[in-house]
Amino acid sequence: MHISTRESITTEPRALGLATKPRSPAGDVARRFVRNRLALAGLFIVVLLAIMAIAAPVIAPKDPAASTLADARARPSREYLLGADELGRDILSRIIYGSRVALLVAVLAVGAATLVGGGIGLIAGFAGGWIDEVLMRLMDILLAFPYLLLAIAIVSALGSGVEKTTIAVAIWAVPNFARVVRGQVLTLKERDYVLAARALGARTPRLLLVHITPNIIAPIIVFASLYMANAILLEAALSFLGLGVQPPQASWGLMVASGRDFLRVDPHVTTFPGIAIMITVLGFNLLGDGLRDAMDPRLRNRF
Amino acid sequence: MRRYVIRRLIGIIPVMLGVIFVTMLTIELIPGDPVAMMLGENARPEQEAALREHLGLDQPLPVRYVKYVADVATGDLGRSIQTNRPVLDEIRDVWPNTLVLAVAAMALAIVAGVVVGVISAVRPYGVIDSIARVLALIGLSMPIFWLGLVMLYVFAYYFRLFPVGGTGSWKHYVLPAVALATPSIGILSRMTRSSLLDVMGEDFIRTARAKGLRGASIITRHALRNAMIPVMSVVGLQFGQLLGGAVLTETIFSWPGLGRLTVRGVFARDFVLVQGAVLTFAMAFVLINLLIDLSYAYIDPRIHYD
Repeated sequence: MHISTRESITTEPRALGLATKPRSPAGDVARRFVRNRLALAGLFIVVLLAIMAIAAPVIAPKDPAASTLADARARPSREYLLGADELGRDILSRIIYGSRVALLVAVLAVGAATLVGGGIGLIAGFAGGWIDEVLMRLMDILLAFPYLLLAIAIVSALGSGVEKTTIAVAIWAVPNFARVVRGQVLTLKERDYVLAARALGARTPRLLLVHITPNIIAPIIVFASLYMANAILLEAALSFLGLGVQPPQASWGLMVASGRDFLRVDPHVTTFPGIAIMITVLGFNLLGDGLRDAMDPRLRNRF
Repeated sequence: MRRYVIRRLIGIIPVMLGVIFVTMLTIELIPGDPVAMMLGENARPEQEAALREHLGLDQPLPVRYVKYVADVATGDLGRSIQTNRPVLDEIRDVWPNTLVLAVAAMALAIVAGVVVGVISAVRPYGVIDSIARVLALIGLSMPIFWLGLVMLYVFAYYFRLFPVGGTGSWKHYVLPAVALATPSIGILSRMTRSSLLDVMGEDFIRTARAKGLRGASIITRHALRNAMIPVMSVVGLQFGQLLGGAVLTETIFSWPGLGRLTVRGVFARDFVLVQGAVLTFAMAFVLINLLIDLSYAYIDPRIHYD
């Protein structure tokens, strides 16, 4: 049997356009989202970024790896729109290619953290008792590492590079997803409709997959969007320190770091990649905020 | 209260045991051999074996774990591979610099964040609120290492208002502390605003209005204190961000702190040093969060810990 509730919110593409029924929950979400100009700006930035990453070879004016040493640290000009870096490589082209690394690491890390952390939170919240206690104490241990340090410890152990950075960012995000999902499950599992389903004989897997999971998708989407922003910042920070993505690959954090030695004379080498990071992170934050406000205004204080 | 504090302090022990285990496990997985790194390519096998034994690396992980925990319990964090000094001394030399920087940034973040949040909440959805909210979002979207470099260029190189790096006068604190605090200012102002707006809907605020109090005095005397509990819980989390962020700001501003020591340790593959440094960071983070939990009782006298 299917029990529909007020909490069930879908984001089907069909519902995101013009809703057929005037007051469907999905239509409400879409309407609230579209009315929010900042949220639309966020969506615009994120879509633009995705296009940039996918179509990098078409968009980039130059080969991101081609270095012309004579043009090292050239100022922005018609030849190099955002200038050239310390090896005479086109900064704009490297920023465009850098979006691939930023998005790849963030999408994979947040995706993995959603599955693993979400799974842990689901089990801990639903099972309760000693299982909950053990799992959440383990998460507490991971959360006891201040921000960058767990990732630094992991990268120092696993070595650097794109894959290792992704793993480090994912492990950092897992306990946060576990906590959020667990909190959601705890409130849902005592709801009347879940208790009713249980009374009707629904078993645990069915309760989890059919009755609980669909109702925590909305907060997870919001949380994942906000964590995309954090994941991009973390990858950039690790790469800036020289512990993340390694040269010659174009990573924004690495590009900021490479301009450090010439900051006094040629600040553009550092400035532009940093602006790219900021706009990207801002885009995901705006999108996450907008989705949260549109899907469930009551969540406003929770993340 | 005292019993609560003692219980919480005891509760820290298993978390720290876990932190040590996770740190040792990651070090264990390092591709590459610290011993070979230290001795270089021309080392004789017996030299390597001797050093391995000296560092205890010939022992299996569980044995090393128990020994390390026992050492830590007696205040011994081992010797730095790089300098051969006790790690505790290395940390003790630089730790105050990091703590002072983090506390200065936290104080700045709390004051600025709460002030901006209150200004926003006075007229929600007004012009000032909209500007403040966008600025807060931009603040928390900025990578601090980049913000630090931009500030370095503008205020140290271009206008020569502040020193380029190092410690000394109060001027040395300004750039690193502001760079470190900026994302937290954004987060705390958002939290203050939304928490205040929640409280403003409560009955006792309506009562305060009904008895004729003006807006500003309602916020400062009645609403703010009640809105501070969620803000303080975010302050605790933000302290972790600040400690981690210190790694970045210290690198940029040549700040002789624990963050820079940690990064140096990672590059030198000085795992003993990294282990001790990460443990210190985690310990500080956990203790500060305990202090913040205790501050709730001060902010809201209805909260008792028994």
